[in-house]
Amino acid sequence: MNADERRLPPVIEAGCLGLVLAIAGVIYLASHVPGHPSLAPAIGLLAASAATVLANALTLARVRPFAWRAFWRVWRWAMLAYAVIAGVLVYTFVYDRIPAGTLSLLVATLVVFAVDIPVMLAFSVARYQPLQAD
Amino acid sequence: MTTLATDRLRAPSRPVPPASIVPLRGLPVVAAAIAFVVVAIGGNWLWALDFAHVVGGALWTSLDLFVGLVVGPFVLARLSPPARLEFSVRFMPAMALIMPTLVTMTLGAGFQLARHTGYLDASSPKHAWIVASFFLVGVMAVIAIGVIEPANLAVIFELRKPEPDGELIGRLMRRFVYTSGITGLMQVGTLIVMTKLAS
Repeated sequence: MNADERRLPPVIEAGCLGLVLAIAGVIYLASHVPGHPSLAPAIGLLAASAATVLANALTLARVRPFAWRAFWRVWRWAMLAYAVIAGVLVYTFVYDRIPAGTLSLLVATLVVFAVDIPVMLAFSVARYQPLQAD
Repeated sequence: MTTLATDRLRAPSRPVPPASIVPLRGLPVVAAAIAFVVVAIGGNWLWALDFAHVVGGALWTSLDLFVGLVVGPFVLARLSPPARLEFSVRFMPAMALIMPTLVTMTLGAGFQLARHTGYLDASSPKHAWIVASFFLVGVMAVIAIGVIEPANLAVIFELRKPEPDGELIGRLMRRFVYTSGITGLMQVGTLIVMTKLAS
């Protein structure tokens, strides 16, 4: 069977849904900086995003056969690039002395992104790699 | 002998992909750009923040528009398949390095500028424009992470196979180019917001 022709779970679509939910929470929080907004909407959006991203990762983990070697190769480098970008963002948030509650939520959102984004990028490469490679 | 040499020169050859996934020579430039933004933020260096935001944003917008509205329909669409492959081998790895760097520069410096100018404050009369820019950037981020970068990486890895699938590369390149055009058009919205903030 060709790697390109297989039916795979909608990893990119679910990943995008997780991103939309998390970004909506970030926009809500960022539009209230440096104030003290109610954290409830952001917490709700983040929880929904985390649940989507986790379910997506677990669904993908059950896919066999799959080019897992290629997946982890891309995942490692995507995570490194992501860590640099997230590092700049955390530095900015801490430097701006963002209130502790908001800061915790923003960092938690970055953690959700850290699971979501490398998985999407690695999946997008591994899905086209030959299955017999792993 | 001469004929053999000429035939070899004329024979269509598959473009050789670079040894590394992204151009390693570009990494010091990326590191310098990121370091510049970090120093500008740390030093509350307004000119440098403005510079990083304007330069990063201008290049990001121009590249999106140029790739989506010029390179896609007027260059790539009219190239022969081997020429398109040759173009992709050089172009896609460079884009994988350039675009995330420009986005990080623009957003990091832009957030700090908004804080310094007071637009981030909910009581500012221009706060609504800042929230509008967050919304536009959010949508563009989802398109970039969900469509553009996956297509970019998939093409780079496909090109490294001994027998690349030309049809798959063409499909992914079209997705890359046209979604770049969509984000380019959204960038026009960002330009409207930014000029509203500056005027």
